Formats: sequence, structure tokens, C-alpha cells
Amino acid sequence: MNNNSMFARATPYLFGALFVIGLIAPFAVYPTFLMKILCFGLFACAFNLLLGFAGLLSFGHAAFLGTAGYVCGMLVRDVGVTPEIGIIGGTVVAGLLGWVFGVLAIRRTGIYFAMITLALSQMVYFLVLQVKATGGEDGLQGVPRGNLFGIIDLSNNISMYYLVFAVFCIGFFIIYRTINSPFGEILKAIRENEPRAISLGYDVAKFKLLAFIISASLAGMAGATKTLVFQLASLTDVHWHMSGEVVLMTLLGGLGTVLGPLIGAATVVSLQTQLADSVGSWVTVIMGVIFVLCVLLFRRGIVGELQALIQRAGIR
Amino acid sequence: MQNKKLTTLACAAAFAALSGAANAQISGDTVKVGVLTDLSGTYSDLAGAGAVLATQMAIDDFMAEAKPAFKVEMVSADHQNKADIASNKAREWFEREGVDVATELVTTSTALAVMKIAKEMNRVALMSGPASTPITNEQCNDVTVHYTYDTYALANGTARAVTKQGGDTWYFLTADYAFGQALERDSSAVVTANGGKVLGSVRHPFPASDFSSFLLQAQASGAKIIGLANAGADTTNAIKQAAEFGITPKQALAGLLMFISDVHSLGLKNTQGMYLTTGFYWDLNDDTRAWSKRFFEKQNRMPTMVQAGQYSSVLHYLRAVQAIGSDDSAKVMTQMKKTPINDFFAKDGQIREDGRMVHDMYLVQVKKPEESKYPWDYYHVRQVIPAAEAFQPLSESRCPLIKN
Repeated sequence: MNNNSMFARATPYLFGALFVIGLIAPFAVYPTFLMKILCFGLFACAFNLLLGFAGLLSFGHAAFLGTAGYVCGMLVRDVGVTPEIGIIGGTVVAGLLGWVFGVLAIRRTGIYFAMITLALSQMVYFLVLQVKATGGEDGLQGVPRGNLFGIIDLSNNISMYYLVFAVFCIGFFIIYRTINSPFGEILKAIRENEPRAISLGYDVAKFKLLAFIISASLAGMAGATKTLVFQLASLTDVHWHMSGEVVLMTLLGGLGTVLGPLIGAATVVSLQTQLADSVGSWVTVIMGVIFVLCVLLFRRGIVGELQALIQRAGIR
Repeated sequence: MQNKKLTTLACAAAFAALSGAANAQISGDTVKVGVLTDLSGTYSDLAGAGAVLATQMAIDDFMAEAKPAFKVEMVSADHQNKADIASNKAREWFEREGVDVATELVTTSTALAVMKIAKEMNRVALMSGPASTPITNEQCNDVTVHYTYDTYALANGTARAVTKQGGDTWYFLTADYAFGQALERDSSAVVTANGGKVLGSVRHPFPASDFSSFLLQAQASGAKIIGLANAGADTTNAIKQAAEFGITPKQALAGLLMFISDVHSLGLKNTQGMYLTTGFYWDLNDDTRAWSKRFFEKQNRMPTMVQAGQYSSVLHYLRAVQAIGSDDSAKVMTQMKKTPINDFFAKDGQIREDGRMVHDMYLVQVKKPEESKYPWDYYHVRQVIPAAEAFQPLSESRCPLIKN
């Protein structure tokens, strides 16, 4: 962690380059595919904030992604608000839900924490399946993309892409600022040695809860945006598979790295898209194998391993 | 969109100069058929690879009979029964690959997602696999055809016919979610309307694996018929366990959403005596047998109604394109609705204003093992349900396209 000065210097250039790539990407790559990557990337980054920096393994993040998606969908389709209000609404509801989850779950640690979040998210799944307004197993269909601020028509893929890109950048910036703030340092301290953080006088529970709420809100932001992109919210988004998928994305990309989850999400989404035609549901098996290989051979994930490589080269 | 128009224009110009206006309006000079189905999950037996094969057969037969001036291509993909994957794929097909028609679409959530996109991009969606009635009711649009069957036709066909044939006391085993509840509600209404009596119902969680307590309640009710208002693995598990408990054949089961592929995998021993409604049975007449044998040679299974319907719908679409020399969605839809469907699958089938294709359905009873003389000899056809009675009448339609 001390060898970070080189990264610190390179970081603005790296982010600048990525930003430019993000700006021109829709002209080279299919925009809907990029939007999917960005949505899941933000979702994984939000999850990583909790797991990678606060050391809390939530197994119920699908609840935030899905709930925000449904809320945003209902707001835009049934209430008729503009898309940005839909996204904000979804984010706020996910944040509130995160608060409820957090208050109950952070009282326990480790496997119990994970199981409580899983149990709560299964309740959300059940609700979504049963309640009439969510459309049950048919999902929430036919959500219009609408006009941003009432002016910009989002049915155009390129304008939709730039909205998603903007949302991603905002979310990513929030996460980046959170990590690189005194608050973030305390989270890392809690992750490394919780009793010590307590003995230093920090109210650990409060910090954990706040991190949980931020993570849940941002996961919700990703979910709400995803609903607008695909114009539907479905049970897939609240299913526990989704909670597992985000763990995979984060670990594959690099746990506790800033860019890792985005790279992980891009890898997983690309594989799923590319393999869907050729192997179908075998995708899950292939993902499982990749996961095992990742954990056995390169535990730091793609970005983590790259960083380690550069570091080693730098020392020499 | 702009690009596509330009291409169309360019093609139109080129063809007007070269060969007259015969197929000036076929975009890219190719009709592209997309098969979006479940290739590896729960529904891969009843749709899946068989539906892809059926599509290819339809294209091959069309090329041989019509010798069209345009090309016909097929692409296929696995939607894994997930609405977001289906929506993603359909969008990509329509936007980037110039697919003219998305077909099959088993699983209602994927169908609903794709028909919205088809409407938005002005392409056609032909649904053979999905079951739910909202496709031609609340969610209906003018580019979608719901071809093979729907839950109304299956549940009503079975409930009405069984009640009339003396199975007048019913008990429902219902999957506890919107789909199951709707199925139970619709079937109960039909049972009562035909002089039967519903003794009660029990709801099981979705999905469930242990049906013992629910089945014992159904047994204790003393109803002659146990209606299975569920689908897929829930139905097959319930049937297996009913046989294990000795409930069947004392009480008969009525499957409200069953396919020949389910009967095949459960075996006649477990399913004997069951009533169900189907839109197609391979052993109906010489035409169905001839086509099904061709299908069997390649797939090593007899076709389900979904696969047969898939063939019929694609062929009907291609013939319409040929007849009007255009793949413009509105024109093709008009032509498809105007022309009655006559092939091995349907006699005088017709596509209504709400997108519902109406044709005769069949009430069948599963044979006893000793009655089955050759492989796939599974059904007694008990009754032909005429098209007019089989489907939801337009007067009850909740489709905004229909002005009641």
C-alpha cells in the first residue's frame, strides 16, 4: 500500500485517458453493450466499496439493484416523471433500503453478516414476485426512456449512452472521493483491524452503516439506470444469482482496487454476451471455472495483478 | 434507422434499374429471421433446438416452393429465459444485423420485452412459445402475432371439456404467483359456467419441490379432478408425486399447461389418464405425420406444438413477404392477417386484429402404457375444439387495438 506514489502520479492521466475512451467508445462499439457494461461496472464498484474497502461481504446487493430498477420503472412508466427523477427516486429508495438492511446486518460480522443480507434480499425477491405492481414473473415491461429534463430524447442510443456515462462518472467520482477521504481511511482501518479502530475511539458501527448506505444507493443508481437502458426491470435483477455475480465481477477485476470492478464487470458481461449464442446456459459453468481459476491462480484479480506487476517492474 | 432507410433506397434504386420493382422493397435484398429461444434451460425441450430446426425447415421449404428473388437468412440465440438478455439481443438484431422478424420467444417475460422493442423499431414479432394472454390483451400491439396457443385456450379447453365429460368436481393445485393465480381464476370460472363445482384450492410456493402436503389436501377433498394451475418443473414434480402417492388414477389430473415433451419425460405410467389441451399432435392425420417424420429424422424427437407452430408461423410470414414483395412490417402484417393459414398445423387459421392466431385446438387424454403401440403414441384425441370456441373471444379482449 505504500508503493502507491507512482500510481498516485499516474492516476489523473489514466482516468483522463479512460474518460476520453468513454466519450468516443459509442462510435466504435455497440452502445447498448457499452451501457450494460457501465451499469454493471457501477454496480460492482459500489459493491467493492463495501467489500474491498470496508471488508463487509454483502450477499444481498441484488435487492438494491433490483428495487431501484423497479422503483425507477414505476416512476417513469406509471407516474410519468422524467428519467432523471426516476434515477434519483430509485437511488433514494435503494439508499433507504440499504439503511434498513445495514441497521440489521452490521450487528454481526463475517458469515452471519452475509447471511442476514441474503435473507433480507430474499424477502425483497419474494415481495417483488408477489406484488401486483411489479408484474410478478413477467417483470416490469415497457418502461419508456422518455426525455431527459423533458428535452433530450433518450430513445436515441447515443444520447442514452451519454446519460449512462454521466451517471457512471458521477457514481465513480463519489466512490473515488469516499475511498480517498478520511472516512475511507477509517473504513480501511476497520477492515484491517476492527478492535483497534474501536480502541482508537471510532464508532465503528456508524462508519459501517454509512458505507453500507452509500454502497446501496450507488448500486441502486446502477439499477435504475439499467432499467432505463433495457426498458424493463425483471426478477433477474433481484434474484440472489445477481448478488453472486457481482461478487464474481469484483473478485475477477480486483478486490479493493478502484478500477478493478469495472474491468471485472466488462469481462463478465462480454463473456456472457459472446458466449450466450454458442454455449447458452453453460455460461454459468464457464463462469464458475473462471472464478475458481481466479481464486486459485490470481487472487488479486486482473487489475490487482497488473498493479503488482507494474510495482515489481518499478522496484527493479 | 437513417442508415437503413438509405440502404433501402439504394437497393430500391438499383433494383428498379435492373429488374423492375418486383422486390424493390426487401431491405438489403434479404429477409432475416431471428429465432430467440431457450436453447439450454427448462424450455429447451419444448422449444429450443427443435424450434431452430423448424425455422430452418420452413425457410428451406419456402425457398423450394416459392423460388423467391430475395435471400432468406436465419440467426438464432439463447435468451436463457431472461427478459434482459432477450431485450438486449433483440435490440442488437434489429439495430445492427437487420433482422426483420424475431420469432419463437418462449417465456412470457422475454416475449413481452421483445414485442415492445419490435414495435419501437417497426419490426415483426412472431410468438410461438410464450403462454400468457397479456401478449394479445393489455400489452398487445400491431406488429405481434401470438401464434400457437395461450393459457386461455389451454385452461379453458381443458376445464370446459373435462367438466362436460363428467369431471364436475375440481380442486386446484396452484403456484402462488400471478401466473398461477390467473390460471386458477380463469379455469374455475369455466368449470362453474359448465355446471361443475370447485371444491377448493391450495397454493404452493413457486418454485416448489415437495408437493406431499398439498397433494394430500387435494386427495382429501374428494374432487374427481385435480387441476394443476402451475407450469414447467412444478407441474412435472406434482404429477410424479401424485403417482407416487397413488392419487392417480383414482382422481384424474388435469394439466393446464402441458406439452408432449413433458409427457415424454414423465412417461405414460405417471401421466396416464391426464387431460390436456394442445394446438398440435403429430399423429393427427397424414399431413401432420408426414411433417413430423421429417422433423423426427433430424431431431430424434417428435415436435411439440410450439415447434410445429414455429414452422407454420415462419412459413406464413415468408409467404406474405413474397406475396407483397416487401418486408415492411405494416404491409406484411396486413397481408398476414388477410390470408387464412392452411398447412399441416392449422386449417383456416386466422390472425385476428389483436394479433391472436386462432385455429382448432385438441383436447387429448394421455394413453395408458398398454395402449401405446409405437414410440410417441401418447394421446387419445378426445375432442376437436373449434377455433371459435378455443380462444378468448374478441368481445372480452382488453387489447387497446380492439374497440369494443
